[in-house]
Amino acid sequence: MANLHTTFAGISSPNPFWLASAPPTDKATNVNRAFEAGWGGVVWKTLGEAGPPVVNVNGPRYGALLSADRRLMGFNNIELITDRDLDLNLREIAEVKRNWPDRAMVVSLMVPCEEQSWKSILARLVDTGADGIELNFGCPHGMSERGMGAAVGQVPEYIEMVTAWCKQYSKLPVIVKLTPNITDIRLPARAAKKGGADAVSLINTINSIMGVDPYSLTMSPSTGGKGSHGGYCGPAVKPIALNMVAEIARDPLTTGLPISGIGGIGNWRDALDFIALGAGNVQVCTAAMVYGFKIVQEMSDGLSNYMDEMGFASVEQIVGKALPTVTNWQYLNLNHISKAVINQDSCIQCGRCHIACEDTSHQAINCEKDGKRHFEVKEEECVGCNLCVLVCPVPDCITLRNLVPGEKDLRTDQEVSEQYANWTTHPNNPMRV
Amino acid sequence: MTTAQQPDVRPGRLAAAEYANAFADASPRLTRSQALLEAERCLYCFDAPCTTACPTSIDVPSFIKRIADDNLRGAARTILESNPLGGMCARVCPTENLCEAVCVRNTQTGNPVAIGRLQRHAVDALMESSKPQIFTRAPATGKTVAVVGAGPAGLACAYTLARKGHDVVIFDARPKAGGLNEYGLASYKTPNQFAQAEVQWLLGIGGIAVRNDWKLANASQLDALRGEFDAVFLAMGLSGTHALGIPGEALSGVRDAVDFIAELRQSPDLSTLPVGRRVVVIGGGMTAVDAAVQAKLLGAESVHMVYRRGADDLSASTAEQEWAQTNGITIGLWLAPIELVSTLDCANPGVGSGGHVCAVRFAHQAMVNGRLCATGETTILQADMVLKAIGQQLGNPLLAEAGLTLQGGRIATDALGQTSVPGVWAGGDCRAGGLDLTVEAVEHGKQSAQAIHAHLTRT
Repeated sequence: MANLHTTFAGISSPNPFWLASAPPTDKATNVNRAFEAGWGGVVWKTLGEAGPPVVNVNGPRYGALLSADRRLMGFNNIELITDRDLDLNLREIAEVKRNWPDRAMVVSLMVPCEEQSWKSILARLVDTGADGIELNFGCPHGMSERGMGAAVGQVPEYIEMVTAWCKQYSKLPVIVKLTPNITDIRLPARAAKKGGADAVSLINTINSIMGVDPYSLTMSPSTGGKGSHGGYCGPAVKPIALNMVAEIARDPLTTGLPISGIGGIGNWRDALDFIALGAGNVQVCTAAMVYGFKIVQEMSDGLSNYMDEMGFASVEQIVGKALPTVTNWQYLNLNHISKAVINQDSCIQCGRCHIACEDTSHQAINCEKDGKRHFEVKEEECVGCNLCVLVCPVPDCITLRNLVPGEKDLRTDQEVSEQYANWTTHPNNPMRV
Repeated sequence: MTTAQQPDVRPGRLAAAEYANAFADASPRLTRSQALLEAERCLYCFDAPCTTACPTSIDVPSFIKRIADDNLRGAARTILESNPLGGMCARVCPTENLCEAVCVRNTQTGNPVAIGRLQRHAVDALMESSKPQIFTRAPATGKTVAVVGAGPAGLACAYTLARKGHDVVIFDARPKAGGLNEYGLASYKTPNQFAQAEVQWLLGIGGIAVRNDWKLANASQLDALRGEFDAVFLAMGLSGTHALGIPGEALSGVRDAVDFIAELRQSPDLSTLPVGRRVVVIGGGMTAVDAAVQAKLLGAESVHMVYRRGADDLSASTAEQEWAQTNGITIGLWLAPIELVSTLDCANPGVGSGGHVCAVRFAHQAMVNGRLCATGETTILQADMVLKAIGQQLGNPLLAEAGLTLQGGRIATDALGQTSVPGVWAGGDCRAGGLDLTVEAVEHGKQSAQAIHAHLTRT
């Protein structure tokens, strides 16, 4: 079994799977169970200022986007930060960390954007033995209306300012958790780095409304007839998160800044996606909330087997491995030609490739041959768009074949060039160099 | 055969409380959760093979998608638009030979989408809803059509014509409408009086009157209908049964399986229905299975279903055969009955006649050079009751007298059911060249209704 040990922003953990700051990390009972199940670390659910804690709604706090067979595709919540007393949380954090010294114990924080508030809470953490802090600049609901969470994360200057306070008043590694509810994720990441952050974590949840009850015509879920936008996460947000992680990882102004990847991670493949695109570890919430803490065992086992198979000795060796393959559209090779190929042996003849291509793409798949039902690509029409590959219900039945240089593209009647040529130099580009 | 035996045919073989359970729904309706999961398996194929395989061309992917979309009313509309008896067909169609046989999920996983059960889910939901009528009748045309036979073909034809605004009178020989749906199918396929519920739903379109206990018995009746109505649709099914043509056929305890099934279907109390301790059913079709399984469910100790050819020639579908075997029926193959033995003659078989049946003697068969031949060996099966299920025939000589061209004993028609007599169409089992399936009968009724409509409205 490959060694999954990671050191992220100076924080050691036996595997790269941390539970994100969220309901699963709300209290000692849960976190003890999580560590027993094998989680490498936790980010303790966000602590607020001393004094009367926040109050949560006592109705549906969660909503979901479900597949027809009720697999949870997307998840939304309107829960606030911890609604438990600060002292109690701090006592439990200290106790759990004492019992689990090898696990990462990071504490999420959210207090008003005032220096004194941050200074006070950081002082309270000193005796807990926590390994690091995560600044919650991400929550898009409730707290943001009070000038915290995403309200801070949407203003790079605030991020830099608060991060700098935290570095000033604490010796602990500072992870800045970013909100995706922003136009360009690189700006808050740069601000965090300027403020001295040891790492960023992303994404926090996305502003979302799950739907409307068709018969009461009420926003759903609702609390006594009204609903409020909540934070969206789960499998459906992963691609958004991956792009943001990659954006930061390949931004020259934040190069080398450790990234904790968050967003829809439910298995080792998801984790690998984040790690290969630049994340040093990952945080999980929704998958645990759907399946329970045991799910980490499947994630760890999958990643470990993959690493053995690929010959990776450490997670670190994979970090950012796919990043060089991420580029901007203008640098894609316009001389590259792919064509779809349907494997007739595994084709079940559902015809979805045909109708998808016929109705919405390039009319490049036949539905008949010699009077019989038969689906075959017309290379003279195919642009290699991949739609048929994606709508086919059979894995690997339709694939894209890369034409080799010198081969004729039947669509254009041109030979495939071996030259790399992109849009920046293309004759059709009025801005070409 | 050494000693004469007393026949053992009696009612009440089960405890009174056991009948309801024994005759419960063979394939209970899917729950919403099951239906949603199953609907999700449908791939919404292009030019879907299932639709092509359906004799009534139901747009299967469309109705299944509507189930998945929580639009059961829309799903039912899709089904009933193509097949007004979609509720019964969902229960009795041999889907494993039709839509489900060609489901692409077979190729992928060996397990087709449960199209029939999904269809039932949607149609039942509509019929049990507060607004079960989904179609409205066109303005009255003043045209009238006589339909002879209130089975699937007749009902489908009447419904389709009534929707178009024509006035229809259905004449039927039985006290209740429904034909084989009411009298000829195993009760566990259509429990809870579904056949009558469906008839009521069909009649709910309006413009259809039913005259029961009216049998087409002579050519002048047909002439009268032709004179009184603008068109006639014949859908009286097959009233005659084939005879075995072997000694002992008149013994008591020997009867037609269709009669046994009809009696069972109409019995208000199954515990009063006599059944043999040992039952032999002769035949290899759906009727044989329905009779054999129901005899077993009534408490028969042993039931043999015996067919003179091999398994490949059984017209009961594989699923039906498995159903029979699951219910404890022994299927005997390559056995042709040659004699029904009387209790009086059990000590000395082959001599006399009269009395009650006590056994059936079979001659072993084999295929020799493509021909079915007796091998010379014989076998005897003890029986207190013998049910004959070797097919039905029109059995109505008046039809030829009325000028109808017959073909193989059934009414010859063109592709839309037009007979050789002007203004007369025919469909269902009495029409030549069919598969004797409920769903096909419905399609006949639908097709002929469209042809009749065209005939009635041409200018």
